[in-house]
This record gives sequence, structure tokens and C-alpha cells, in this order.
Amino acid sequence: MLSIQNISKIYPSHSSGKPTVALDNVSFKIDGKEFVSIVGKSGAGKTTLLKLILAEEKPTQGQIFFDGQDVHKIKKTQLSQLRQRIGTVFQDYKLFPSKTTYENIAYVMEVMGVAEKEIQRDVPQVLELVGLIDRADNFPNELSGGEKQRVTIARAFIHRPDVILADEPTGNLDPYHTLDIIQLLVKIYELGTTVILSTHDKGIINSLGKRVITLDQGKIIRDEKRGRFIL
Amino acid sequence: MFSSFKRIIKTGWRSFSRNIGLSIATILIMVMVISLATLLFLLNPASKILISSLQEKVDISVYFREDALLGDIQEVELEISRIPEVKNIEYVSREQALEKFIEKHKEDPVLMESLTEIGYNPFLASLNIKAWQISQYEQVANFLETGPFKNLIDKVDYHQRKPVIEKVFSIISGINKVGIFFSIIFGAIAILIAFNAIKIAIYNSSEEISIMRLVGASNSFARGPFLIQGAIVGFIATLITLIITFGICYGFDSKIRAIAPELSIFGLFLSNFWALILIQLATGIGLGVFSSFIAVRKYLRI
Repeated sequence: MLSIQNISKIYPSHSSGKPTVALDNVSFKIDGKEFVSIVGKSGAGKTTLLKLILAEEKPTQGQIFFDGQDVHKIKKTQLSQLRQRIGTVFQDYKLFPSKTTYENIAYVMEVMGVAEKEIQRDVPQVLELVGLIDRADNFPNELSGGEKQRVTIARAFIHRPDVILADEPTGNLDPYHTLDIIQLLVKIYELGTTVILSTHDKGIINSLGKRVITLDQGKIIRDEKRGRFIL
Repeated sequence: MFSSFKRIIKTGWRSFSRNIGLSIATILIMVMVISLATLLFLLNPASKILISSLQEKVDISVYFREDALLGDIQEVELEISRIPEVKNIEYVSREQALEKFIEKHKEDPVLMESLTEIGYNPFLASLNIKAWQISQYEQVANFLETGPFKNLIDKVDYHQRKPVIEKVFSIISGINKVGIFFSIIFGAIAILIAFNAIKIAIYNSSEEISIMRLVGASNSFARGPFLIQGAIVGFIATLITLIITFGICYGFDSKIRAIAPELSIFGLFLSNFWALILIQLATGIGLGVFSSFIAVRKYLRI
């Protein structure tokens, strides 16, 4: 389903210093439904990799295929259709500040042209799943960090995408909320969605017992079916 | 398609009402911009009225010799009326000229006594000629002075009036030039102000636009609500400006007429009402939507 082929990303230096190599010849494949964790220290290239999958940035070299389609060769007008097949959970939430919890989640369905009736049926269900049904009418600035992150997960999952990219979703959360979020992502995976989780949280990875790809200085140093956090 | 459009309108209206402070600030700036456009639009017919009233005051007269017969003068009048530059001719007989003089100076005993002492009518029959354009008087005067009936003519007062005519001509051309200059300058300022006001308002939402793109919104779905917001701002600003324009034109009409009797700004407002609404809507909604379109484009590149 997702094939990363010899991807490199080099950021040119703005001063006269050396360019930054964020990813260096990275390749791996994800077939079918999987829960894949991308681990590594800060600056290892995890976020860059997810941005490249979402076509938020262009690679310096290499290709990324999503269901056989090179995501960086897709026309800009069709890029939105690709992104509708991917749900994204951002570390900094990226919620619409002027929309309520309900509207933030419903927006993705509106983008896809889903009928109003279906939106009214599905959004409360997902809000129930993430435990935020009482917060439906609250704006993001009225929610706690954990609640905001649950809204982004609900938004990423509401339209049943093929893949969910979760970029350090627990980075800003306390241990209690961290566990909460990871349990939600596992539940989504069990419902049949591929989850790609980027994190540098050792405890999470070791408790999951699923595939782990370890990045170090932009290179894959380990790819294990039932991996652990080893750096 | 229709439901998408409905959602875009709903989202646009929601953003407008939820950011009411910013929306009001943008509306106020747009009111200034539309007022500027309205002023330029109304100045044009107002200056035309003033120019034409100034032009109406200018004419030249051809005075005929004492022995010229009425039939000859009528023939000359017919000839002059065939000149395309001539707008209007008025015949003033010797008797009428005398009457006019008496009427004008009846309060002046010295002039009246002098007239009695002369003992006869010293005035000459004349034709008062108005041309379409001030610049055409010289041509008309040349035609009269060199034409076939120059023997009937005593004098043409063009050269006597030339300095006044030229002064009026230079004032009119000055008004036109200044009008064009200010129209261009103010027009450019209006566009820049409107564009920057909307650009700042949209800059506030730049992060939101990027999120829209990242969660799969097409460019048109992400951009649409901002265009709607721009249109709402433009529409409300147009309504406010229209009410202000009505108030100013109605309130100041009598005061302006006291200075320039031929200029009724309320009359101008009424006679140009639909054109005015069109100009204001085009400026308000057009600038609002266009500025939003350009300002959003930058953030859609993601």
C-alpha cells in the first residue's frame, strides 16, 4: 500500500554552513493493515518522513508510492483526494481555532462532500469513541491538551482513511493522557486502519509489541516486526 | 456541487460572524475605500456641470454697421448657423440693445444723462454667438472677419474677450487634468488600502488555510469561504457607504447650491442612483473578493 523508495531530504543551509540531511536513502514498505512505529531521537527525520508521505514537502531524491501512485507526481488539483485517504494527527494539534469540536471533525467530511445526515450521524459516534461528546460545542481554546489531541484523532479517523499518520501525538501530554491517546490509536488500528506513529517515547513502543522502524541521523538502522525501542 | 457551495457560504458567514472585531475593522476600511470611489464617481458629473455653466457664460458678439439691413443680417445669421462649431445664435436689434442698456444702468444718472445728450440710439445690431467648445471661438471669429460679409461687420469682440476666454479655457482644462490625476492617485490608493486590509485579515487565517489543505480540502473549498467573507464585507460596506452618501448629498445640497446654484448634489445622487450602486457594489464586493482571492493564493501552495 505504501512504498518508500530511496528517499532523501536535504535542507539547504541559509547561512554558509553545511546543508542538513534530514533523510538519507530511506526505503521501506507497508503492506496491508499495519501498526508501524517510527522511532528515533529528535532530529532523526521522523517528522520529515511523515511530511513527505503527506506531500507537504518534496523529497530531494527518491519516490513515495501510495497504492502505486507517486505522491509527488500527483497534480495539485488531485492532491486533496490523496490527502482525503490519509488522516493526520499533529503534535501541535492543528485544530481550526474558530470552529467548535464538532465542526473541526465535521470539516473533513464536508471536504469529502459527505451528506449532512451522515455527518450528523457519524460525528457524535466518533466523539463518543474519543470521550468528547460533552465537549462538542467547545472551541479548541476551551480544551485541555489531551482533549485537543483526542479531537485531532477523531478528525483524522472520522472519514475512515486508509492510513493515519500520527506525528508525536503524545509529545505535549502527561503520562495519563499519553496512554489514553495510544489506546485510541490501537483501537483505530484494530478497526482496520493502518497507523504510522512517530514517537521518541520508549515506554509506548515497548508496550505495543508491533513493527518498529528506527531512524538515526536520517537513516534506517533497524526495522523489526515486533520491535523495541533501542537506540 | 450545490451542497459544497452551501457549505462554503455557511463557513464564510460563520468565519465572518465569529471574527466580528476583525470583520468590522475591515468593513470600516472598505467604507473609506468605497467612499473614495463614490467621490470620484460623483466628482465627474459635478465638474461637468460646473464646466458647462462656465462655458455658458462665454460668447462672442458680431456688431453690424449702422447701415446694415435686417435682411443682410438675417442672411449672415443663416450663414453662421451653418458653421458646425456654432451652438447657438441670438440676434439683438439696435432697439433691444438700447433697452438692455437702459434696464441695466437705469440707476446710474450719469450714463442715462449721457444717453439723452447724444440724442440718438448709439447701439449697433449684433449677433451673440455661442460655440460648442471654448477653443472653437477663434475659428468662428476668423470666419466672420475674413468671410464674404465682412463689409457688413463693424467689429467682432473676440479679441477684446480673448484673455477672458483663454482664462476660462485654462481653468477648464486644469479641472480636467487635476480630475484625471486625482482619479488615478486615489483609485490606486483605494485598491492598495482594500487589498492590504483584506491581506492582513487573511494573514490571521494563514495557519487555518494550511490545515485545510493538509486535511484534504481542495483549493476551491479552502478558498471559497474567504471569498464569501470578502463579498459579505464588501456588501455591508457598500450599504453603509450608500447611506452615508445619501445623508451627505441630502444634507449638504442646499449649502452647495448656495455657492454653485447650478450644482445639486442630491439631484446628482438621484439621477445617478443605479450607476452609483453598481460602482459601489463593484468596488466593495469586487475588491473584497479579488483581494481575498490573491491573499489566500499564497497560503494554498502547501
